[in-house]
Amino acid sequence: MKPVAFEYCRPETVAEALSLLQEFGSDASVLAGGMSLGAMLNMRLVRPAAVVDIKRVAGLDAVTINSRGETRTGATLRQAAALANRDLMQAVPLLALALPSVGHYQTRNRGTLGGSVAHADPSSEIPLALTTLGGAIELQSKRGGKRRVAAEEFFRDILTTSREPDELLVALIWPGRKPEAGYAFAEIAQRHGDFAIVACAAEAVLKPDGSLASLGFGLGGVESRPLVANTAAFVGKRADAGLAAQIALTTAKAVSPMSDFKATADYRRALIEALGTQVLTQAFERAGKSST
Amino acid sequence: MIRLKPGQRHTVTLTVNEKTLSGTAEPRTLLTDFLRHELKLFGTHVGCEHGVCGACTVMVDGRAVRSCMQLAVECEGATVRTVEGLAPVGALNVLQRAFNRHHALQCGFCTAGILMSATDFLAAHPDPSEDEVKDMLSGHICRCTGYYPIVAAILDAAGEMRAANPASHPTKKETAP
Repeated sequence: MKPVAFEYCRPETVAEALSLLQEFGSDASVLAGGMSLGAMLNMRLVRPAAVVDIKRVAGLDAVTINSRGETRTGATLRQAAALANRDLMQAVPLLALALPSVGHYQTRNRGTLGGSVAHADPSSEIPLALTTLGGAIELQSKRGGKRRVAAEEFFRDILTTSREPDELLVALIWPGRKPEAGYAFAEIAQRHGDFAIVACAAEAVLKPDGSLASLGFGLGGVESRPLVANTAAFVGKRADAGLAAQIALTTAKAVSPMSDFKATADYRRALIEALGTQVLTQAFERAGKSST
Repeated sequence: MIRLKPGQRHTVTLTVNEKTLSGTAEPRTLLTDFLRHELKLFGTHVGCEHGVCGACTVMVDGRAVRSCMQLAVECEGATVRTVEGLAPVGALNVLQRAFNRHHALQCGFCTAGILMSATDFLAAHPDPSEDEVKDMLSGHICRCTGYYPIVAAILDAAGEMRAANPASHPTKKETAP
């Protein structure tokens, strides 16, 4: 279990990284933390001609929060550094709730936010949080400059995204925290830190009369990419545990969960119903309170 | 920009356990193999080689990480600490003594990695809860002892370190709001 021979490239600027990606195209693997790529290299699931290590590109781990609360996290921001960044955790509460479930203490020390999104495992928490919030991915290439792709468009299939081979994922864009919104996240995995069998994330905004104003309800580990449930029919209804159960049940029936060695499709549906009810109820309860 | 050709050996220099050490590595050489085969530091163990078991955990620039999922060339210039750096030959440090006292190891294969994780963890969390220790330990697999003696040893060592250095405060604690 050793990687194939490859050229190792360590650019110091984004421009150098983009030149390398133009040169190697789909024969290059971009290395940030390496917590997914390292395993895939070792198992020879990827056999790149070149590994482009962007870890030392200056400034690529920057966090900026604008006046509207929209937050931009650079590609190489490590998961542990994100968790330790109070401003970021307050600006993006759903990310704060999801990050402790990402891998383990030791892998969060090295793994990055951008790497997890570029890798696009359907059970990953960071892609799920970004999709649930309606976030975006900033890509850059020598050919086309910068472009932003909505998370819902970015994730195409298992480990497949709309990133072109010559494009570098440079940042994630997290929409501003909605005032009075309630956030919740939970997942079921065989062991804590393992891949989620089902993960549920929610952002709920209630009107002063307690009815639902808007809802983002995301699911990970269910289909080949993170999903956002269609909850339009429930807007305007009284946001309580009964509504949470109704939304979770409707969603469980509407999706087409995968079956694998960890769980059958039916078991995943049952989890969406149970875990979804719990997560939505929690988000409704937290909405309008300043705590989360 | 650095570009290292495939299939050729390149010089890699690291600060390992406070000594400057050099060896050669192909671009694809893992840090684990570089430490063991080039630097002859066999205390770091190779387990699953895909980041799951934790046996290969070392500290790179002060943080516990998987040495099987990074390349030696990636770490050029880094400060690395391995289990050999915890105490002088023939001696045990506070954490190692606590493992001994609590029978927190049997075969010892997982121990080097756990000690390095716990060393980083206790520097950041001098007064951890049992749940925090268990969360950190979830990144390691031990097939002999069960985890309770390990949790007990880490909590015991934390107490002893606090008593020896009452001024220590958390500096890089991972916190969620």
